[in-house]
Amino acid sequence: MNEAAMRELTIAQALNEALREEMLRNEKVFLMGEDIGDYGGIYKVTKGLLAEFGAERVRDTPISEAAFVGAGIGAAMTGWVPVVEIMWIDFTTVAMDQIINQAAKMKYMSGGQSGVPMVIRTQGGGGRGNAAQHSQSLETLFAHIPGLRVVVPSNAADAKGLLKSAIRGSSPTIFIENKMLYTKKGPVPDGEHLVPLGKGAVKRVGSDVTLISLSRMVDLAMEAAVELEKEGIFAEVIDLRSLNPLDEEIILNSVRKTHRAVVVHEATRLFGWGGEVCALIQEKAFDDLDAPVLRAATDDVPIPYNRMLEQQTLPQVEDIVQAVRSQLR
Amino acid sequence: MSSRELHFYADMVKIRRFEQMAIDLYKEGLIGGSYHSYVGQEAVAVGVCAALTAEDTITTTYRGRGQHLAKGASAFRLFAELLGRIDGYCKGKGGPMHICDMETGILGANGIVAGGIPIAVGAALTCRMSGSKNVAAAFFGDGAVNQGVFSESMNLAALWELPVIFVCENNLYAEMTPLEKYVKNTKLVERAAAFGIPGEVVDGNDVEAVYQATQSAVKRARNGGGPAFFEMMTYRLQGHMLGDPETYRTKEEVAKWHAGDPILRWKKQLIARKAASGERLDEMEQTIAGELASAAERARASQEPDPSTILEDVL
Repeated sequence: MNEAAMRELTIAQALNEALREEMLRNEKVFLMGEDIGDYGGIYKVTKGLLAEFGAERVRDTPISEAAFVGAGIGAAMTGWVPVVEIMWIDFTTVAMDQIINQAAKMKYMSGGQSGVPMVIRTQGGGGRGNAAQHSQSLETLFAHIPGLRVVVPSNAADAKGLLKSAIRGSSPTIFIENKMLYTKKGPVPDGEHLVPLGKGAVKRVGSDVTLISLSRMVDLAMEAAVELEKEGIFAEVIDLRSLNPLDEEIILNSVRKTHRAVVVHEATRLFGWGGEVCALIQEKAFDDLDAPVLRAATDDVPIPYNRMLEQQTLPQVEDIVQAVRSQLR
Repeated sequence: MSSRELHFYADMVKIRRFEQMAIDLYKEGLIGGSYHSYVGQEAVAVGVCAALTAEDTITTTYRGRGQHLAKGASAFRLFAELLGRIDGYCKGKGGPMHICDMETGILGANGIVAGGIPIAVGAALTCRMSGSKNVAAAFFGDGAVNQGVFSESMNLAALWELPVIFVCENNLYAEMTPLEKYVKNTKLVERAAAFGIPGEVVDGNDVEAVYQATQSAVKRARNGGGPAFFEMMTYRLQGHMLGDPETYRTKEEVAKWHAGDPILRWKKQLIARKAASGERLDEMEQTIAGELASAAERARASQEPDPSTILEDVL
């Protein structure tokens, strides 16, 4: 990429650009959500869009997630492209019928007559003392449901490019941002920037172990790789970016080279997507493995409020480093 | 003699006959899962849909073949879907609870109580944002009013003044539980006022009353007057689903409602008004029965879906 054509943006700014560009490109794209208009969204992702596009296309909603997700489905089935914001991923649970029984299944149930081209933007993750009902990493819930796309970006350029692709897609897409990353800056290419769904990215090349991650955990995996390098261990870091579609090739190609893998996710361990990745690796690259595939994940508890407890519950750089060391022992 | 009056009759008879034939297909073991018959409630579907145009959209319930037929869906393709065949509206993948027909504006039946209500609100939002004069209608049962999404949807539609007609078919039972056992206030229409929506109780077994009430609400909605709520008083003459032992209601009660059968009532009306002779109406019934029999035969001849289609249309 041409460095001169890049700008430093926060993830919130990058997402805002994506929304604005897609709203300019397609007049059927509209936004719905709580406090997204005048207030600009609690993380300011929709800032300025009400003024630019008006209240018909930037719709503040009552606190009625089930109704406005359902309304998004109805609008999508009749030709519009809703981008619905659910303020916290924890609140998707009150709209689960509309997401799982309606949006995800509509295309299949209707024999392909009607898809639901809708994006549900939301944010998850711990790390700011928001406690059990505002800190979850629920991506696995959605990735388990046939008919939903699940996108989980880790940086500004991807956030922009993936959101634009999701809006142009034909399937209901759960787009999961991370509350700790909104102010994280990163280079974003000028001009049209699209990132295809279902393609992971190698963030760092290595030869000894593959760290498989997404969202905020990519940064921790990168830090762990730096630590490991001091010990002469070269870790390859993969950012999956999407869970559905899952980029199986990027995982398998890397593991065939490094012969070891650690999955790093902020979702709780038991039945988390890390288990799925472990299964994939043992099904398709068993003979390439030199060590059991390990997971660094959140403990199987609701996220505690106390900062020290919360930190201990979530995966830390040291947990990743320890996991890798144990594989090389 | 108004052709509308005869259409009401023909459409109700068609739905009744279709459902009776579906019951036979179910007993033959050709329909999977559960079958929730619409027998007895035909006047609601016919009266409401007569007030809608082809461009208007609806969402409905697992009891939805009545609305489908009233909205103009093909009996052949409906039968084929019940049989799980490729000529079915959903190519055999949806079944009776999920029939959708985008061409006639049917945005889906629904297996989840109240699940289709916000979808109709979204379709109405499209009407509003597109600047069209179209409306959307949400059909649901009395049981649905206790789902949170019903209240959420009513509020959203009222707040945004959306052209949506909420059609509550009050058949007095939420599945197997009678109305008075699941709500303190059995006047469901009173919910509407709480949201600032005009509400009206209508004799849902009087097809003309249903039509007139809906027609005026639709006219208002088309002109920017916002949503309306109807509590259509009706009764399902079959159990909740086929095989339901109906232990929750008396034979006397069912017999009373049989006497008020909306099709018989309308037939008597037509004869009394000299809109048609009994013989003429009987002939119509025969013609409809013949057409449906041939639709069902064609559906039986439709192919089973190819296993290769299992993975199609997921995303």
